[in-house]
Amino acid sequence: MALIELKDIYKVYDMGAEQVHALNGVDLQVERGEYVAIMGSSGSGKSTLMNLVGCLDTPTSGSYILNGVAVEELDDSQLAAIRNKEIGFVFQTFNLLARTDALHNVELPLIYAGLSRGERRERARRALEKVGLGDRMHHQPNELSGGQRQRVAIARALVNQPSILLADEPTGNLDSATSEEIMQLFDELHRGGNTVVLVTHEADIARHAWRQVILRDGKVIADEKTVRAEAALTPTPLPEGEGENSGLSSLSR
Amino acid sequence: MVFLENFRIALAALRANLMRSILTTLGIIIGVAAVVAVVSVVQGLQYTISNQLQGVGATFMVISPKMERNFPGMVVRQVKLTYDDGKAVKEKVAGVKILTPAIFGRATLKYRDRKHTPAAIIGVNENWQDVNNHTVDRGRFFSRIDLENRRKVVVIGERVIEELNLGPNPLGKEIYVDTYPGTIIGVMEKKGQSLGMDVDDLAFVPFDSALALFGRNAGDQVQLRLQADAPQHVEQVKDNITRLLRQRHRIPSSEPDDFQIQTQDEVLNTVNTILGTVTAVVGGVVGIALLVGGIGIMNIMLVSVTERTREIGVRKAVGGRRQDILVQFLIEAVTLSLVGGAIGLGFGFGLGAVVAKLIPGFPPAHVPLWAVALSFGFSAVVGIFFGIYPAAKASRLDPIEALRYE
Repeated sequence: MALIELKDIYKVYDMGAEQVHALNGVDLQVERGEYVAIMGSSGSGKSTLMNLVGCLDTPTSGSYILNGVAVEELDDSQLAAIRNKEIGFVFQTFNLLARTDALHNVELPLIYAGLSRGERRERARRALEKVGLGDRMHHQPNELSGGQRQRVAIARALVNQPSILLADEPTGNLDSATSEEIMQLFDELHRGGNTVVLVTHEADIARHAWRQVILRDGKVIADEKTVRAEAALTPTPLPEGEGENSGLSSLSR
Repeated sequence: MVFLENFRIALAALRANLMRSILTTLGIIIGVAAVVAVVSVVQGLQYTISNQLQGVGATFMVISPKMERNFPGMVVRQVKLTYDDGKAVKEKVAGVKILTPAIFGRATLKYRDRKHTPAAIIGVNENWQDVNNHTVDRGRFFSRIDLENRRKVVVIGERVIEELNLGPNPLGKEIYVDTYPGTIIGVMEKKGQSLGMDVDDLAFVPFDSALALFGRNAGDQVQLRLQADAPQHVEQVKDNITRLLRQRHRIPSSEPDDFQIQTQDEVLNTVNTILGTVTAVVGGVVGIALLVGGIGIMNIMLVSVTERTREIGVRKAVGGRRQDILVQFLIEAVTLSLVGGAIGLGFGFGLGAVVAKLIPGFPPAHVPLWAVALSFGFSAVVGIFFGIYPAAKASRLDPIEALRYE
C-alpha cells in the first residue's frame, strides 16, 4: 500500500464573489522511501497540495489516505496528531522559534508527542548530531547562519521519526553553495530510508529527487522518474550536473 | 507533561519581554497591593479590638447615656445616667453580678518637678478590675473601704511611671492629680494600645474623687459597666435594666430610651460592621483596579498573539493541538496576573506594615490567610477571564495563514 494516496482531490477556495479552484482532480501516490519533487510555477497549486499532504488543510472533495488513515475524515486534534507523528515540515523561512536555542527548537514536536524531558533532550541531541550541528545545540537562531538554521529545522522535522519529510522550497532563502549542502543532506536522509517530498520551482533543486511531479492549473501534467533515478538504478554513478540538461527541468521553467 | 511544559514556555515568554510584562501587571500589582494593605490594617485593628473585647468576656455590658441631638452638636435634652442608676441596677436587677461607674476626664499628673497628662483619668469603684478584666500588676486596686472612707488613693498605668519618673518602686509615692493629692497603691498590668488610646497611659481614682476633680455635673452622665452572672442571662438582664431605667427616668412608652446598653457581642458587631464597610468600599475600588489590570493583560496578550502568529503556526504544524495553544496562552495570562498578584501581595504587606507603624497607637498590620488566598484567587480569575479571549483567538488561527504571516 502506498504511503500517500491522493485520489481525485479538489480544493476550492471561496473568495466571496469568485471561487478559486486551486486543485482540480489530483491523483498522486507516493511509496515509502521515495524522493519526490513537486514542481510548478506560482499559482499551479503546489503549495495547496503540500498543505493537504502535510495535513495542514483538508480537501474540498476527494480522498487522501496517509499511511492507511483516511485523513479527510479527521478532526482538528486528530490532524494535529498526524502532523506530529507522520509529517516533518521544513519551511523556506526556517520558522524556528526566536530566542530559543537549537536544542529546544528541535524538542518542540516531542513536547506535543508527550515525551519526558530526558527523552526529548536525548532525541533532540541525536537529531542535531545527525544534521551536523552537534556543536551548536545551545545557539539561538540569530546566532546561526542560514544553512545552519535550515539544518536545525530539518533536525526538528526528523526528530519524531515521521513517515514523510515535507520540504517547502527548503533552499529558497539560501545561497547556491548552502543550497547544495542542504540538498546533499536531503539526499543523505533519503539514502537513510526517509521518504522525502520537496516542493520547489527550481530545477536545480528538483533534480536531486528521483521523481518529479509537475503541476499546472491544479492538475498533474507530468510525473516521471528523473535522470538521477535512472542513474541510481544503473551501476555507474551519476556525473555531476547532468540533471540540469534534463527535459523535465526545462518544462518547469 | 504538556501542561508543565506550557508553564515553562509561558515563563520564558514573559521573561523575554520582562519590562512589558511588569508594566502589564502593574494594574494587578496596584490592585492587590491596595487590597492587602487595607485588609491588613483593618484586620490588625479588628484583631486587636476583638481580642480586647473577648478579654472582657461574653457577660460584659456597657450602659451609656444617649445624647439626643438635632443639629450637629446641639444637645436637645440633657440626659442623665448616674451612679445612683447604677446602684439601683445592681440591687434590683437579678443577674447583675458586679458593676462599676466610670467617669472619663483629663487632668495633669504631677510628681515633684515632672508633669504628665495621661490619655484619661477614670473615676471608678472597686469592681473595675473584675468588670473590665483589667487587673493590677503590682500593689492592689481600690477596696470598698478605700471608697467608703474616701481615701486619697490612685492606681496608675505602666506608662505613667516612666512619664513621671517614679522609679522602680512607685507604690506609696504621693502624686497630684491636678490639685488632688493621692497615694499610688497599684500599677495596672500592661495592655498595650486599643483604638488609638494607650491603655497603659491611664490613671484611676475613686469615683468620689473623680466627682471632686471634674465637678459634680460629671456625675450626671457616667458610664456604667457591668458583668452579668452568665452569658445566657445577658439578654434577660439587658431587658430588665431597660425596664428599670425607663421607669427611673420616667420615660413615657412613646419615647425612645435615653440610654444605650451594649453587650460585648454588640460592641463587637458594631466594630465589625464599621470595619466591614470600610473593607467593602475599598474592595469595590480595588475591584475596579483589578478590572483595569485585567484589561491591560488582555490587551498585551492580544498583542502577543499577533506578534507570535508565526510561532503559533509552527507549533500547530509540528503537532500542537488547539487546546495546547489555548492552554499555553491561558497559562501565560494567568502566570502574568499571578506574578502580579504575588508582587502586589508583597507590596501590600509592606505598605500595611508601614502605615500601621506610622499611625501612632495603631495595632500592627495583620494579613489573614483568606486575604492571601483571595488576592491569588482573584488574580487567577482575572488572568483566566481576560486571558481566555486572546488564547482562544490564538488557538483558532489557521496554521497555513499563521505560517504565512509576516
